[in-house]
Amino acid sequence: MSGLAYFPGCSLKDDAKRYEDAALFVMERLGAPLEELPKWTCCGTVYSLADDDLMHHVASVRNLVRTQETGADELVTLCAMCFNTLSRVAERVGADEEERTKINAFMDREPDYEGGIRVRHLLQVLRDTVGWESLSAATVRPLDGVNVAAYYGCTLVRPKEIGIDDSERPIVMADVVEAVGATPVAFPFEAECCGTYQIVDEPHLALEQSSRILRSALRAGADVVATACPLCQHNLERAAETLGADAEGIHVVYFTELLAAALGADEARLTPVVRALVAQAATAEGGA
Amino acid sequence: MARAKAVSREGLRQRVEELSGESVFACYQCGMCSAGCPYAEEMDRLPSQVIRDLQLDDPTLLDSNAMWVCASCLACEVRCPKGVDLAKLMEALRQIHLRATLDRVSLDRLSKDEIRELPQIALVASLRKKTG
Amino acid sequence: MADEKLTRIYIMGKAYDVPVGVTIMDAMEYAGYRFIRGAGCRSGFCGACGTVYRKAGEYRLEFVLACQEMVEEGMHLTQLPFTPAPRADYALDDLDPSENVLLQHYPEIARCVSCNTCTKACPQEIEVMDYVQAALRGDVARVAELSFDCIACGLCAMRCPADIKHYHVAQMARRLHSVAGSPTPEHLGARMNELDAGAFDDELDGLASMTLDELKAKYAQRVIEKAQEPATEEVAT
Repeated sequence: MSGLAYFPGCSLKDDAKRYEDAALFVMERLGAPLEELPKWTCCGTVYSLADDDLMHHVASVRNLVRTQETGADELVTLCAMCFNTLSRVAERVGADEEERTKINAFMDREPDYEGGIRVRHLLQVLRDTVGWESLSAATVRPLDGVNVAAYYGCTLVRPKEIGIDDSERPIVMADVVEAVGATPVAFPFEAECCGTYQIVDEPHLALEQSSRILRSALRAGADVVATACPLCQHNLERAAETLGADAEGIHVVYFTELLAAALGADEARLTPVVRALVAQAATAEGGA
Repeated sequence: MARAKAVSREGLRQRVEELSGESVFACYQCGMCSAGCPYAEEMDRLPSQVIRDLQLDDPTLLDSNAMWVCASCLACEVRCPKGVDLAKLMEALRQIHLRATLDRVSLDRLSKDEIRELPQIALVASLRKKTG
Repeated sequence: MADEKLTRIYIMGKAYDVPVGVTIMDAMEYAGYRFIRGAGCRSGFCGACGTVYRKAGEYRLEFVLACQEMVEEGMHLTQLPFTPAPRADYALDDLDPSENVLLQHYPEIARCVSCNTCTKACPQEIEVMDYVQAALRGDVARVAELSFDCIACGLCAMRCPADIKHYHVAQMARRLHSVAGSPTPEHLGARMNELDAGAFDDELDGLASMTLDELKAKYAQRVIEKAQEPATEEVAT
């Protein structure tokens, strides 16, 4: 495998296709293309917290075996939930030989998982492999004057064992958008839960939480909330709809969409929201 | 709806400790978990009360809604000064119900419109946490 | 009567000595069982005769079609003549192929834990888990492609811990794909028009009015397409 082994996850192929499209463009531009893992299967989100539950780790281990087969020692994901699930399983079965052996024995039609695959989120790759300088150097449409509230949610930063940054005050996504010229806006709800899967059967729980997050971002002066997870994106968009006029002036986009715009993606491929932000940046640049 | 078997109320604390791998007596009731839980308002028992009820081996805890309102956000886990993973305790309480073939989310009641709107991960995660 | 080689098998727990070299279905009939369910084409196509067996001394269950699999010494078997997995209600023309209609009609697909039990249960060697995963992703074409050999025997659905109805999902995908995804078979349309226009009516009427002897004679005299003469090679001068 020449590029970085990339795990899409079920939602990235239809519901969150624009998250993926933007990321693929960005990484191509940065000279670190993402190469989709062959024969991947659902990671089995969310990580099962029961001590005896090996069955619910099988899905993730299968993908780690797939990664192993490509010769890569690392797997990159876009979806924060996939990141959390895959990295927690990788850590657990990597450390526990007995469990690893059991799972390998169960998956008798697969090669054994040897351990040692590292799972990273794209944000970590941008920070630790690509670097801010390279990101800035590749920026052709700096997002000047665009106030971005970087929203992490839970699965990127908790638990601490796999978190990509500080669990209470992460900064990595803020740094990413700053590197392409935007103004990161800190807000206290940046790592609060969006409501996640509660949107399915107790939607009011998710919508209330997501509304709080949006209001907090608005109060902090954000033009846009950047997300790194299809479910956070979904819940925040739905909250914006419920809030209606109260959410006027704030948009929710995937962080890769902002990067794609900044790195020169064809405007026709950008969503209307992102195009408007690009226009806003152009005005800011040309202004005083 | 799958036929749920009766959920035994015997030895709740022990079963929860086995399923979670956590010791409930490590908790000294500081309340950090309740303070940080985004969903505490919706629960009929606060997270710190849930663990207190486990310490007291109160079987009525199984009727609480707390474990279903919990969204596994891990704010509690990350802040507990004694390192108690309350999220695992909540998972254990859910599993005790779910392993008796109780489905908390009914697939029949999900409309096609609802499914159309949701990203797959919402369904996958919801069914994983709330069906057995 | 010639000495028949016999072998010991167990049908639903009861021991029988049946001839070597016959299928499970033949062996069951030899043993006196009369099929009124769980038998159909007897050619490996209809999926009615799903059978589960275990060899003595082994712990694994195996999954086969009774009409295709030969008996073996020490086989302990039973049949699953019916899988109670009702199909979702839908009208193909009302479905929007750009949406994930598979997930909408079969939301339990989201419960798949990638355990691969379905693949192991398939007598047709289909990669069942892979097509369920493709269904979760909304990749209808891939589901249709991978599930082509499915005969809806139901063994996968019986074994699935998530209670997914794999073969119903696959059938929906194949139907959707043929309507929305795959190219229209122009030649089929043309032939249908010919039929509607009565182009073959005379020929069919002629056949229908023949006696059995006339039909036999006509069949015996049928022209089998000649193999093409090899093209004469042009010799360079």
